[in-house]
Amino acid sequence: MPKRMGIAEALRKAIAEEMQRDSKVFCIGEDIAVPGGWGGAFTVTLGLEKEFPDRMIDTPIAELGFFGIACGAAMMGMRPIVDVQYGDFLFVACDQIIDNIAKMRYMSGGQIIMPVVMRAPIGATGRGSQHAQSMERYFTGVPGLKVVTVSNAYDAKGILKSAVRDDNPVMIFEHKLLYGSKGARAESGAIDGTSDIPDDDYVVPLDKAAIRREGADVTILSWLLMLHYSCEAARRLAEENIDAEVIDVRSLSPIDYRTIGTSVRKTGRVVIVEEGPKTGSVSAEIAAGIMEQFGEYLRCPIRRVASPDVPVPFSPVLENLYRPDVSRIAATARQVMKDM
Amino acid sequence: MSVAKEARQVHTKQSLPYERDFLLGLYERMMTIRQFEDGIKFLFLEGIMPGTIHQCQGQEATAVGVCANLRQNDFITSTFRGHGHALAKGLSMQELLDELFGASTGCCKGKGGSMHVGSMAKGMVPGIAIVGSGIPVAAGMALAFKMQRTDRVAACFFGDGAVAEGAFHEGVNMAAIWNLPAVFVCENNLYGASTHVSKVMRDTNIASRVASYGIRGRRVDGNDVLAVYEAAKEAVEQCRVESGPAFLELLTYRRTGHSRRDPCHYQPKQEREEWFAKDPIDRFANVLKAQGVVDDEDLEAITTRILQQFNEAVENAKRAPLPTPQDLTTDVYL
Repeated sequence: MPKRMGIAEALRKAIAEEMQRDSKVFCIGEDIAVPGGWGGAFTVTLGLEKEFPDRMIDTPIAELGFFGIACGAAMMGMRPIVDVQYGDFLFVACDQIIDNIAKMRYMSGGQIIMPVVMRAPIGATGRGSQHAQSMERYFTGVPGLKVVTVSNAYDAKGILKSAVRDDNPVMIFEHKLLYGSKGARAESGAIDGTSDIPDDDYVVPLDKAAIRREGADVTILSWLLMLHYSCEAARRLAEENIDAEVIDVRSLSPIDYRTIGTSVRKTGRVVIVEEGPKTGSVSAEIAAGIMEQFGEYLRCPIRRVASPDVPVPFSPVLENLYRPDVSRIAATARQVMKDM
Repeated sequence: MSVAKEARQVHTKQSLPYERDFLLGLYERMMTIRQFEDGIKFLFLEGIMPGTIHQCQGQEATAVGVCANLRQNDFITSTFRGHGHALAKGLSMQELLDELFGASTGCCKGKGGSMHVGSMAKGMVPGIAIVGSGIPVAAGMALAFKMQRTDRVAACFFGDGAVAEGAFHEGVNMAAIWNLPAVFVCENNLYGASTHVSKVMRDTNIASRVASYGIRGRRVDGNDVLAVYEAAKEAVEQCRVESGPAFLELLTYRRTGHSRRDPCHYQPKQEREEWFAKDPIDRFANVLKAQGVVDDEDLEAITTRILQQFNEAVENAKRAPLPTPQDLTTDVYL
């Protein structure tokens, strides 16, 4: 029987199943397996230490160090799942992630596989500038690294399983407002990311976008929280007889230009929505890719909805101004419809 | 074997607690590293070989003394100065030279280069050329060995400069709290690039500093190959019985520049002369001769044989197949 689950619960189930399936899989991170603790910052690993006491490793507060540990363990045949409490902390670990984890397979001439899964919560959520950044942009340009996002529980479970079984390093970005974390770790302003999770051992590929709403007039590309906002914007637009197609880009490296291209050929209009700042963003990369590959199908310029080029502010008033919302997405889609 | 040599071997057993072949093996590996490094320096300066090089002349005893205690399936991590570690761990001169020449027959198919030499078959992950970065990686390798319930050991080579990196603290600390089978080998050659250790640490006794992690550090004459061997033996055995990690500070000296054409003007003349007098190969040769293990003729024969092998390897490397355009995009997902 399928069971309704949130993202945190679906990830937990995926991790447990992968650890049952393969004794090489283990979890490492801060506060992930403390009895009576939190199961990581957002309850994803809650209670797993009971079933896997030897494979749930709590670390010192040492992100650089434990990403290095994961790198070394992976080269010796293990398959680590590394947890950071907040995506922002990835900067501390970047030497290990970018210089070692992402490059070892290539610079060894293919002697090494690097099955490291890295999970990182992101998103502006009332915590000011340093527990809030949209980190995708910093990793999508790193050769060797796969970068994916999960916007619902079904994907979360299937993508985590694919990532664990992949011999390349995979960075999974998760959004704090979508986890469905419960109890003391629940987030205010959370959005429903639950899905019906089937019993079978399914996987979701790491290189495929997903069409969340079919439409003929304009293609809206987004991921994570912005995907949910884009779907809501599409509902509003439908009332105005604008038929938006909403695509969950989902895989940010590599980008699924096949799915995107099919949609662009159909609509000829593109809006890309991203939570982070506009300059140097993933949406800039996607826009360039669309121009190069499908430019002749565009009826009007690509438009982007993103945050201004400022750090994430704390005050709820400012944070809400900072983060793209349903109104801005809908307004931009209307503008594109007027452009041509 | 001549009567005279048999006599020497008997004599050796009485005075040094090692087999003659073992001692000659140590000498030959050190001399191989020296000849290799001297040879490629020439090739590099002549423009015959591409890239850049960081060399280890003067530090041969550290690599050889430590690796003599390791099995093929034990692993080492190294740095940008890794040719000696590679040769000591069992990589051939040919696969190293081919790599340095950027050939597809190199140990990393020409994709690594001088700073990233390694061979998974021989127990060496590619050299990690970010200072200190290999320390947590080695701890992770040791964690895998422990989780897999093997008695394998990870030995981690790094320099005095790495001690100032955060990765040193994080990696050594985690190895300590989890009792990991990692041997940390600090080759203290007194200089991080051109900067003397006294400028970057108030307490220059690195071995004593690791007591703060709850582990014992040993400071050893890194230019005495037998002293290194004995200290590493104890360290490796300790790790094999789940009593790791271990920490060795090996005092040594870099005879050549940091890299490429560095003329070492920052090394005082007197300091250089003092250390040159403690050259690990000359010292070990003197020990072997004094103990009657070898004579000058034996040593000359070893050097000649190595040089011949090196020269053949160079000629092969010059003719080795280069990567094709297709190779640019293999060994990585696209």
